[in-house]
Amino acid sequence: MKDTATGKTVLLTIRGLTIEGRSDETWSEIVKGVDITLHKGEVLGLIGESGAGKSTIGLAAMGFARDGCRISGGTIDFDGIDLRAATKDERRALRGKRIAYVAQSAAASFNPAHRLMDQYCEAPVQHGVMSRAEAERDAVELYRRMQLPNPDEIGFRYPHQVSGGQLQRAMTAMAMSCRPDLIIFDEPTTALDVTTQIEVLSAIRDIVAQFDTAAIYITHDLAVVAQMADRIKVLLKGEEVEEADTRTMLATPREDYTKSLWAVRSYARPVQPPVTDAVPVVSVRGVTAGYGAVDILKNINFDIHRRRTVAVVGESGSGKSTAARVITGLLTPRQGEVLFDGEPLPSDYRRRSRDQLRQAQMIYQMADTALNPKLRLRELIGRPAQMYLGLQGKALSERIRGLLDLIELEPDAYIDRLPSELSGGQKQRIGIARALAAEPQFIICDEVTSALDQLVAEGILKLLDRLQSEFELAYMFITHDLATVKSIADEVVVMQNGRVVEQGPKDEMFQPPHDPYTELLLSSVPEMDPDWLTRLLQERRNKAEA
Amino acid sequence: MHTLITLFWVAVAIALAMGAGWLFLAAARRLTRGGVARALRGAPVSAGFGMLVILIYVLVALFAHLIAPFGERQVVGAQFLPWDGTYLLGTDNLGRDMLTRLIYGARNTVGIAFATTVLAFSVGAMLGLLAATVGGWLDQVLSRIVDILMAIPSLIFSLLLLTIFGTSVVTLILVIATIDSTRVFRLARSVAQNIVVMDYIEAARLRGEGLWRLITREILPNALAPLVAEFGLRFCFVFLMISALSFLGVGIQPPTADWGSMVRDNAALITFGDVTPLLPAGAIALLTVAVNFVVDWMLHRASGLKE
Repeated sequence: MKDTATGKTVLLTIRGLTIEGRSDETWSEIVKGVDITLHKGEVLGLIGESGAGKSTIGLAAMGFARDGCRISGGTIDFDGIDLRAATKDERRALRGKRIAYVAQSAAASFNPAHRLMDQYCEAPVQHGVMSRAEAERDAVELYRRMQLPNPDEIGFRYPHQVSGGQLQRAMTAMAMSCRPDLIIFDEPTTALDVTTQIEVLSAIRDIVAQFDTAAIYITHDLAVVAQMADRIKVLLKGEEVEEADTRTMLATPREDYTKSLWAVRSYARPVQPPVTDAVPVVSVRGVTAGYGAVDILKNINFDIHRRRTVAVVGESGSGKSTAARVITGLLTPRQGEVLFDGEPLPSDYRRRSRDQLRQAQMIYQMADTALNPKLRLRELIGRPAQMYLGLQGKALSERIRGLLDLIELEPDAYIDRLPSELSGGQKQRIGIARALAAEPQFIICDEVTSALDQLVAEGILKLLDRLQSEFELAYMFITHDLATVKSIADEVVVMQNGRVVEQGPKDEMFQPPHDPYTELLLSSVPEMDPDWLTRLLQERRNKAEA
Repeated sequence: MHTLITLFWVAVAIALAMGAGWLFLAAARRLTRGGVARALRGAPVSAGFGMLVILIYVLVALFAHLIAPFGERQVVGAQFLPWDGTYLLGTDNLGRDMLTRLIYGARNTVGIAFATTVLAFSVGAMLGLLAATVGGWLDQVLSRIVDILMAIPSLIFSLLLLTIFGTSVVTLILVIATIDSTRVFRLARSVAQNIVVMDYIEAARLRGEGLWRLITREILPNALAPLVAEFGLRFCFVFLMISALSFLGVGIQPPTADWGSMVRDNAALITFGDVTPLLPAGAIALLTVAVNFVVDWMLHRASGLKE
């Protein structure tokens, strides 16, 4: 089928797609009439917040609906085949062979009991595209093109024996095994560190271009989609907001919603005046700590002053969270100590006084696991106030309402809810309220925004910022996202392999010259410029040659 | 032809049971308000039937002395009298009224089984949660003791203990509860081990919460669903255990009425094609099914709320 306007061959046509989801015994529409036209060899980016229906639409492009969902209307035409009318067997013949899927978490999608090679060969052998021997040779070739280390041998490892970024590339290679016409990428780099993300992105982009494969690229990260897609479609609550060429979309978004998405990254608070008080709230002195015989932290030193935010940055495994565990007393350091207001803290939390425990609070990355799902908000927030401040009855109730007001949730509507009755952003707000209820001086924020959408995350950052100036709090902000660091930090501590590589005020940190590792981290943060990835790879290649 | 008639009566019985369950639910929804009514709205007919049966058993057990036509130990006539107007279900091997014995049996058998299960659960679940929460040597000691207890076949072990300590009702309850609490311990410990690694438990520990509060407010509510399911099963096992011990002569002692020993005492009638001795067995079976219907529904609700 030729598209008369562009002269390109149309591969996938979706018209008026509606999908319903089941909740509480009733069906409600989660995708409300979306149209997609995808040409051969073209990459379409689908972006939107969680709940926008991106993944659901991606799966529908394979004629598949998740459990509890059903495709209720519209047409899905893949290269002349009506996927809605097709039988199960017909659809199965397409999947894996002509349409492939790359999931967000490769670690959860690979079968941990089989070697990578066995899983690679399954689809081509099953569909009769290649023999087992051919498939194995082909796998090595694709592993090489995906720039995996030791392409000849990596296939004989089990999924847990390779790193997350490598696994994601192995999965992309696997999706390519039958040379499909269409691949659906569902947030393939969201779970990865920025430095690893670059490698996966460039590998995906190269291989899609080499085989002229069409792709639907689903993500909530605008800067990523700017690198990958030819066209971008913005979704909101199951409806299309707008669609345009990547460059047009980035330069001149038409709709207000799109503009607000674009604007998020520009949030930055004014830098706080430099420290005047001599005694820092928290001071980490020469801490060496680890599990078993292995040292995770090696001689760490940093101070956190009142009303200041210190961002601790690094890849996963760099020891950021371990540093937090030492400060909270969950892990006893081998050497060194933690001072609070100049006084040494007992290294084990069980030996700290109630007041010492009250002064340092923590907000967790995953609000889902940080809030007891069986307790109502009244008790979740009220408990620290009751415990530490001895509030009872009416006074306690007033305090809980005051805290809910602080985090911008209507007290009457929320006070008796369970965590499962809240959205992700609201749960994180409850986590903040729980920390505030203890009236602490110091709060550790452990990746508090990394599980949230950008708009929601911005709201949380603004809230934390406001609370800081209101209550003169000191924050230790653990994150791997440098955009967050830019917007909220006063000082930055860069960590790698358990050591502090570089530390100082934010303005200095974002000015060259940098430590090589900081340089790598900084340059790996995706920018909204569609040429950024190409330019960066070129620069790095030049540097390597020089 | 005969099978068809049997099938017909089975169908009628099932229809009646469903009807009764539905009626019970309808009435219960009318009479309750607030959270209970909301919970009942989603209840299936099977749960309604189960609740109805349990309610009847409880009422019968509580008011046995008012309902029963004769005294529990009273010999009222000849042995093995057939069903008639005076002795609705006939008499047993000593000439006691069968219906009266059945009614008192509800009080004894159900009462003892319930007390035993509750005791087994309180001890087993508390120790299991404690072992998982504290960990370390306490966990090791408790777990190894439980391993040793579980290594001995339960029926033989309880026979041994009952022979040593005598066969009063209190020792019976204590012995069966001890043996069954080991199974509950294992379940509670493994469920709690998955919960204690959650961030909210870490948060509670860092807050400085005491052990009691940690277990009862933070861990127990999240471990409740599997424990409730186990309660239903365990209740039935305890029932069977008591009946088995009674059958062997070390359980509930005569002349106290008990369904297990009633089956044994009147077993001779079965050879004459009389169903009377099976009635106590039927009573056990019906209660078992009813309890599991209710437990299934509660489990479904508990897991559904997690979404």
